[in-house]
Amino acid sequence: MALIINEEQQMLKTSTKEFLDLKSPLSSLRDLRDNSYKTHDKDLWMEMVEMGWTALTVPEKYNGLNFGYVGLGQVLEEMGRKLTLSPIVSTVLLSSTLISFSKNEILKAKLFQEIMNGSKLVSLAHEEGVHHNPNMLNSLLSNKGEGYVLNGSKNFVIDGSVSDYIIVSSIDESGLNTMLALVDSKSDGISFNNKVHMDSRTYSDISFNNVKVEKSHLLSQGDDGDFILNKTFDIARVGLAAEMLGSIQEAFEMTMSYLKEREQFGVKIGSFQALQHRSAIMFGEIELCKSIVLKALQAIDSDDSNLAKLASLAKAKLGMTFKLVSNEAVQMHGGIGVTDDADVGFFLKRARVIQRTLGDSNYHLDRVAKMNNY
Amino acid sequence: METQVKVDLTSFRMETRKWLEDNCPESMREKLTDPNQVYWGGRKAEFSNKDQKVWFEKMLEKKWIVPYWESKYGGGGLSLEQNNVLNQEMGRLGCRKPHINFGITMLGPAMLKFASEEQKLHYLPQISEAKIRWVQGYSEPNAGSDLANLQTKAEDKGDHFLVTGSKVWTSFGDKGDWIFCLVRTDSSSKHKGVSFLLIDMASEGVTTRPIKLISGNSPFTETFFDSVKVPKENLVGTLNEGWTIAKYLLTHERQMIGGIGDTDKKEYLRDEAIKVLGKNNDILSDTILRSKIAELEMNQEIFDLTIQRTMDEHKAGNSSGAASSFFKYYGTELSIQSEELRLSVNGFNASEWTSKESNNGLQARYFCRTKGHSIEGGTHEVQLNIIAKRILGLPSK
Repeated sequence: MALIINEEQQMLKTSTKEFLDLKSPLSSLRDLRDNSYKTHDKDLWMEMVEMGWTALTVPEKYNGLNFGYVGLGQVLEEMGRKLTLSPIVSTVLLSSTLISFSKNEILKAKLFQEIMNGSKLVSLAHEEGVHHNPNMLNSLLSNKGEGYVLNGSKNFVIDGSVSDYIIVSSIDESGLNTMLALVDSKSDGISFNNKVHMDSRTYSDISFNNVKVEKSHLLSQGDDGDFILNKTFDIARVGLAAEMLGSIQEAFEMTMSYLKEREQFGVKIGSFQALQHRSAIMFGEIELCKSIVLKALQAIDSDDSNLAKLASLAKAKLGMTFKLVSNEAVQMHGGIGVTDDADVGFFLKRARVIQRTLGDSNYHLDRVAKMNNY
Repeated sequence: METQVKVDLTSFRMETRKWLEDNCPESMREKLTDPNQVYWGGRKAEFSNKDQKVWFEKMLEKKWIVPYWESKYGGGGLSLEQNNVLNQEMGRLGCRKPHINFGITMLGPAMLKFASEEQKLHYLPQISEAKIRWVQGYSEPNAGSDLANLQTKAEDKGDHFLVTGSKVWTSFGDKGDWIFCLVRTDSSSKHKGVSFLLIDMASEGVTTRPIKLISGNSPFTETFFDSVKVPKENLVGTLNEGWTIAKYLLTHERQMIGGIGDTDKKEYLRDEAIKVLGKNNDILSDTILRSKIAELEMNQEIFDLTIQRTMDEHKAGNSSGAASSFFKYYGTELSIQSEELRLSVNGFNASEWTSKESNNGLQARYFCRTKGHSIEGGTHEVQLNIIAKRILGLPSK
């Protein structure tokens, strides 16, 4: 497959950019933050729903647009440029993706519909430790005959504070199978501790104390939970890489503009070779980022058996590059770069959180090395 | 229509694969360890072994020495897509190039764009039949990074130019038959006084002297021109407009140095590391080296994807992607880092210089050679300047 986006995908990217330029400039993030760290603008989310963004990856069989992940990637990249706050990562990238692999057809059809029409928000609760770890699962789903009971604690749940449903990973009593259960966030026995992070976004610690789960609310069947969860993680890693690609480019372009306008010693600071060479190096790193993100997005749509490796390469490379570019962006802005008035700091603060979401660069480089047998 | 093209390409791939399997000798599928293992052609050429001769002649017969040139220039007339398929299939088997010549990678593209039809019909078939070995006369003692400062003079003497001066860093200058040269034809303007001239090195007054490098080898020479008569018709393009050709040719040189289009079989540093260092609990025993190798191999893999993406964008009519300066910078940087890590992997053995076991210090000498990669064809710093100014539009003082 050619490593380029097609005309339809380009149109989606352009229309997304035009929409966000108008409706979600960078100042929106500042406004929501200054309004008690609101998680997102609900009216704006409904407009995104009307644009079809929650239906992009849903198959036609469930009345979705079947536009694929290369398409969703373009939307995420543009949102990354604006650091737009929305439930798209929690509800679409993570939850809708996970649901798409479920064999529970009745629940699947219902959830797809509720996500596509914007009536429900969904979060995935998985992490139990300080670092991303797909294998650390102590939450327990006990079989009580007519239904199940869930016990355990989760942390770093994206948008957990506003979601209607939480998809919770756990193990069964045998300790062998990963179970994926859909839980209503209003259920008895759930308690939330919502925490604002550096990127002005809210992540929840959630504890489950004898929470009842109906049999019909299981998204995993038999032993397919592990496969569904890990496939979801790989796809979501690529989606996060696409979002990072947008943020990286925006921070870089803002910085290049600044170098062309700011004067010191009677000249534009962009004429200094010390800054030019570092800028040129960043340009090269960003070119590499574009290639791996597109390759990995295409691998999702073509069901490429290399997806896991490509996802890790994408997450590792983009994490490292976002760190580099966000640091340089702040440094090259000089004093203004460390003030709250300047937008560039938002990119630095977002970089440090998204870098770690679903595994940081170290995690993914280690994973690639293991896949290559060393 | 599109489907038909795909079908044709698939059958071309199948035919090519079979033909290569049938015709490429086994020893020509082994990784190159020395540039002398390639057939460089030219007047003084000799084959170093029988397989090399067989492989070259098979490919010559197929017109695949320069597969993508038009047949009137001695090429195979393949489309860009077919040529990519051929490269991929050669890469799959690890087939060596049957012939390497700066006439193919540097002069050819410049001739195709700037030479007269008469010149093309004269010079290009000699290249695609490997009859002439070309070398490049660009740098001078006082014109390295500041190439346009070149002083080798070509005086107009009516029916010929009289060339006087010297060039430096001529790759394989002692083995070349002809040299494509930048010469000064007007000293009143720096960039607008340069011309592009083809010179037969057998002409009276041309001499070379080898330059010994830190690797102990001498792949470069100095080249001297002492009142050399050069026919007027050897001028390519317009008089005093040679700088445009020079720059165009440099973009091709950078791609070549960056390794674009190489068909060598991939060899992974990780495999060498596993062999030499061993594993502990399935993990490479030196864990710090392991993370460095993982990062390098990540960048190598993504750099290859970036070459592919740029070619695909080019095919789709969108060439806004990364420029040759970036490929030159990044490609050579990766080879430099790779050789540095290879030294760490191989420990005491890596620095052996003359022993039989080390194949006369192959690794150590190649490590030394890579230090030139970030200098030749425009230093790292010159490439970064070009990216900053031409692509990013950062201001000059």
